Formats: sequence, C-alpha cells, structure tokens
Amino acid sequence: MTKIMSLDQLKTLRDNVKNKVDLRVKGENVENMVVVRVAMATCGIASGAREVMNYLAELIRDEDIENVVITQSGCMGYCYAEPTIEVTLPGKEPVVYGNVDKAKAKEILEKHILGGEMADGIIPAIHKSLDE
Amino acid sequence: MSKYTMHVLVCGGTGCISSRSKEIVENLNLHIKEVGMEDSVQILTTGCFGFCEKGPIVKILPDNTFYVQVKPEDVEEIVKEHIVKGRKVERLLYVNPTTSDSVSDSKHMEFYKKQMRVALRNCGFIDPENIEEYIARDGYGALGKVLSMTQQEVIDEMKKSGLRGRGGGGFPTGLKWEFAYKNKSDQKYVVCNADEGDPGAFMDRSILEGDPHSIVEAMAICGYAIGANRGLVYIRAEYPLAVKRLETAILAAREYGLLGHDILGTGFDFDIEIKFGAGAFVCGEETALIHSMEGMRGEPTTKPPFPAESGYWGKPTNVNNVETFANVPVVFLKGADWFSKIGTEKSKGTKVFALAGKINNVGLIEVPMGITLREVIYDIGGGIKDGKKFKAVQTGGPSGGCLTEKDLDTPIDFDNLIAKGSMMGSGGMIVMDETDCMPAVAKFYLEFTEEESCGKCTPCRVGTKRLLEILEKIIAGNGTMEDLETLKELSQVIKDTALCGLGQTAPNPILSTLEAFEDEYIAHVRDHKCPAGKCTALLQYNITDKCIGCTACARICPVNAISGSPKQQHTIDQTKCIKCGACMTKCRFGAIVRE
Repeated sequence: MTKIMSLDQLKTLRDNVKNKVDLRVKGENVENMVVVRVAMATCGIASGAREVMNYLAELIRDEDIENVVITQSGCMGYCYAEPTIEVTLPGKEPVVYGNVDKAKAKEILEKHILGGEMADGIIPAIHKSLDE
Repeated sequence: MSKYTMHVLVCGGTGCISSRSKEIVENLNLHIKEVGMEDSVQILTTGCFGFCEKGPIVKILPDNTFYVQVKPEDVEEIVKEHIVKGRKVERLLYVNPTTSDSVSDSKHMEFYKKQMRVALRNCGFIDPENIEEYIARDGYGALGKVLSMTQQEVIDEMKKSGLRGRGGGGFPTGLKWEFAYKNKSDQKYVVCNADEGDPGAFMDRSILEGDPHSIVEAMAICGYAIGANRGLVYIRAEYPLAVKRLETAILAAREYGLLGHDILGTGFDFDIEIKFGAGAFVCGEETALIHSMEGMRGEPTTKPPFPAESGYWGKPTNVNNVETFANVPVVFLKGADWFSKIGTEKSKGTKVFALAGKINNVGLIEVPMGITLREVIYDIGGGIKDGKKFKAVQTGGPSGGCLTEKDLDTPIDFDNLIAKGSMMGSGGMIVMDETDCMPAVAKFYLEFTEEESCGKCTPCRVGTKRLLEILEKIIAGNGTMEDLETLKELSQVIKDTALCGLGQTAPNPILSTLEAFEDEYIAHVRDHKCPAGKCTALLQYNITDKCIGCTACARICPVNAISGSPKQQHTIDQTKCIKCGACMTKCRFGAIVRE
C-alpha cells in the first residue's frame, strides 16, 4: 500500500472501496430497493448466468444506478429456461424472466427496473419464497 | 463492483465469541467452500450488534436477514437453505415475544426500533480489522476536512455541536479542547481514556472492538485541534480483543499514511501508542490515569491544575473517553448543526447504554438523549424478566443512584439524571425487580468502591469502609435506627471531603436507595425482616402443623438442624440452620415456610 498523500487520494480510495460495503448499505434498506436475483445453480451457471450477472452489475455501476441490488439464489426450478432472473420492485410481486442473455438483461434493466414496465419473456411464477 | 453478491456478517464481540462465534465463521467458510460459492459469498467478522441477549448473531445481506442464537451446528442449514436456495431458516429467526411472529430483519424488532446509532455506527456493520471498510464508510474523511480548517474553527465546531463527555462527567468537549489549545507548550498530548471500570458497562470495549478506526481518527482530529502530535490510549489489559483490534488499526493507519509524518500532505504529524492499565477503577479518573501512565501509583491529585494545563509529564493534556471520541468524526462529517439537532436542550447527541440485570433484552443500545427510561426498559429492553415487577434501575454504576417507578417518564439526559439523584455515568444500566433487596444492592456497590479506593485520602479510604460495615450490620439484622442516621451523615461528609470523583460519588448508591426505599432499610432494622426475601440472616424457616413427620427434611438438612420423631411434627433448630432452603424444596406437603 502506498501512503495516502492528500485528501483527494483519500477520496479516490474511498470511491474505489465503497463497493465493499455497498451491498450492506443497500441491504439495510432492502425494502426500498429493486432486488435482482440471479439463479445460480449448476444449470444456470452452465447456461451463462454468471456472465449475465456480471454484465448487469457492470451496467448498474457504469450508469450509477443507486437503487438496485443484485444477489443470487440457487435453482429456482425453471431449468428449461436458464438463465433465469427474478426482479422485485419495492412493494411489488416478484417477476421471473427466462432465457436471459446480455441483450435481454439490458432490456429488462431499461424497461422494467428503470421504467417500471414489464418486458417480454416473463415466466408465470410457480414458486413462492418464504420471505414474501 | 465487488465480486461478492452476498455478505454474511458474524458478530465477533467478546460476548458472542464466548458463545462460539469463531466456530460459526469456521463452519461458514467450510460449508460455503463445499457448495462452491466462496467467490460470491463474503464472510465477515464484525463488532457487536448490541443484541447480546440473543447472540451469537449472523446477519445475511442483501436479504437483511438477522439470525439469532446461532450455533456452529446450525451453519450447514443456513448455507444449504438460505445461501444456496434462498429460503430463510425460520427456526433461527427472532420471535417477537408479544405477538409470537418471527421477524427476519432487525429494523422491525422492538429492540432496534427506537435506537439511533451514531457512536456505534460501524459496529456490527464493518470488519473492524480492515481499514478499507472504514474508509468506505467515509472513514478519515472527517480528519481530511479538519486538516483544512484552522484550529480555532475546529474547536468552535466542536463547541457548537454541544457534545459532552461520555465518560460520566458530561463536561463540554469543545471547551475542554479549547483549554488544552490555549495552554502553550512545546509538547502536548491527547489521551483516550479506555479504562472502563463500572460493573456491567461494556460500551467502550464494544466500540474499540467494533470500530477502532473511529477512535484513531478522532484522536488525530483532537491532536490537530489542540496542537498535539502524540496520542496515548490508556486501556485495561483485561480487554485483549479490544487491544488487538486497536493495535491492528493503528498499524494500518500508519501504513496508509493516516498516522505518522505529514498526514495527507498537510504537514501535520500525529501518532498513537497504547498504554496498559492493570484494571484499577480509580485510574478512570483523569489525574490518576495520567500518573498510572507515567509509571507512578494510580492515585488522583487535586485539580487544579487540570490536565489541560499540566497533565502527562507536566504537559498540557486532553483526556476524552472512548465513546466521546467515537462521536467526533460524525460531528465533522455531518456537521455540528446536524449533531446538535439530536437530543435535549443541554445534552446533545445519543448515548450508549449497557442494559443488564433483570431485563429481557440484555445488550448494548444507543438512543437519542431525551428518551425516557420507560422506553428504554419496556420498549427496547422488552420489560422485566419472568413477568416480575419493576423495582428500580441503577444508572451510573457505583457512582450513580437508583431511579424508581416514578422516574420512568423522565427524559434521560445529563442534568435530569443528576436532578433525580443519580447520574449518567458511563452508561451502565442495571435493572432490578421486586426480588432485589435495596440495602443489599447498596452493599454490593460499596464493596466495590471500598475495594477500589486507592487509599490516598481518609474520607474515601476509611469512610467507605465504615459505610460498608454499617450496611453489613443492617443486612445481618443487627442495625439500629441510629445507624441509618449515621449512614446519611457519613455519606454527606465523604461527598464533601473526598479528593476525587471516586470518593465523592461512592455514597450515592446508599443515599439514593435510602431516599427511595427508606421503608426497606427500616424493615431490616426495626422488624428484622427483608421484604425482598434476599438477606439470609433475616430469614427463618419454620415447620408448620402440616408436617406429617416423613423425615425427608431431616435427612436432607446438611447441618442436621431438623429433629423430630417419625410421624410427629418436626422442628428446626434456628441456631444451627444455615438457611439453605433445601428442606423447603424437599418437603412434599408444603409444611415448611420461609418468613
């Protein structure tokens, strides 16, 4: 570690490490956040869920979107439609999308998460998690 | 973006570590690896969450799920159900005792609803051994800001915030800094008083364990304000974990250039060293603390001269308590105006209390000044254990006093507590129920102060001893009404003549219990009865005519005090009886009564 020699350097370091605690800050306030849950079971990962998740995370970082938290779950049970992601707007029912590739992910982000309108590709929900 | 999509926080405070939270972390690492998620799930050991009653605590984010009383054996289920499948482990959630509903996030728990975390802002949130986590929370930003201000501006901001010393005295912090600033000298010192000695108090330890960098940063700010380039932390050697985390923090701060020469390129030098105390209560008094650091006896000297004028090695020294320092960075980050909006007219900000005693939710809490005792005890504390009746709450430790039912709606601040005959102290709060005997409570605290008196001045050395003897006499049932008068008179003399705060406040537990529970003292003296049923010398076990002479009690009695022929009513020889109560427990006919 090189020494921090000025306030500006301290601020730069802060901005670089902020994401270390970001998830916690957002998580404390999760009821006001859009939660994007990516199914990351073996089948999901094999179909490219990790790339989709990383891509979404990059988009959110690059566009400074503050109210979205990305997390992961295990198998949601829609193995025929992997990768699947679940989007929950604050106070709304979760919506699950299937066959999500990068292009689809971008569309969901722009239309659903930011615009509040549902995009195509929704899978009728057949499951309920305990926390809803 | 961090690669982790899930954070698992495990409480690493001393309390939770005693309940095996280290094993929980080990098991988490093991099982997360087993399911191949070590790259996406981050496991962190944090400082105290405060809800010690329900520890160890495991919190999972971003789901904001708060698991309580987790055992290392539960970890596998948490990993397989929650982390892999996204299903909460219902049986480990907190259950609201009134509604029997399980609550999964801390925000909706009564224990946290009325709390406001300023000094404890990072406890249970960051990894205390990682400086970057502190920096991510705007850590050292306050120091950066301060270094661009003049010393007088820093002091003025401090004064404007209204922050008062959290160690017990409640002296305005800004004013204290100003005294040290105005005394010119080639060398000045900043001292952090981490000699937390009140029985049952653990707020300073928790801050040092959970957020040590906030103290390092605040000391540097203070050093800049008063013109000191050396800081010392006086801490009890019996706080090994706090010491270790503080040492780690100091080393990291040096490595990052936040301590040492030319901090942030401003030309300001500051460094901190740790001094160990042996755990004497009197060393919490600032002059005694300074003598102890100099290698002398931990004995107080008269003030003036105040340490601000002549302290460590005769140089101007500013001594602040841990919790006071923990508030300092916030004052500069959020501004004195923000800070002074919290609290009451003369007591600004929040206060950390260690809730203990006969209360449902034992733990560490932080509340805005001005909250009532009722809210603290019933809403946050969850009321009295086992549905018993509230009797009193001792605040301020051995220097404080008892507050009763009638004081429950008093807003808590420095001045109100003093007006009610107690004090804020460092923030211990011990709740007592109907089975606690007040003269015995007073005796407990006097035993402590008598033991901890350094012996330098006569009123404290001899006075506390005499007070204790009288209390022992009363509790043994040999007290007289004159003794009660002597207690009051002697207490007053000690208060007026003792050298330091220890002696001056030592009689407080007696005076305040005498004031509120005089009838209980009189019952001990005149009627030879202990209304709470605590003082064994005043109890008597008797066998009534319900006795059928089964001889069970005679056989269980460890001192052979019970005699009688089979099938005849037995009797207890009161001169032999040690009041252990074994006979009463053994009797199946309810024939033995305690009076």
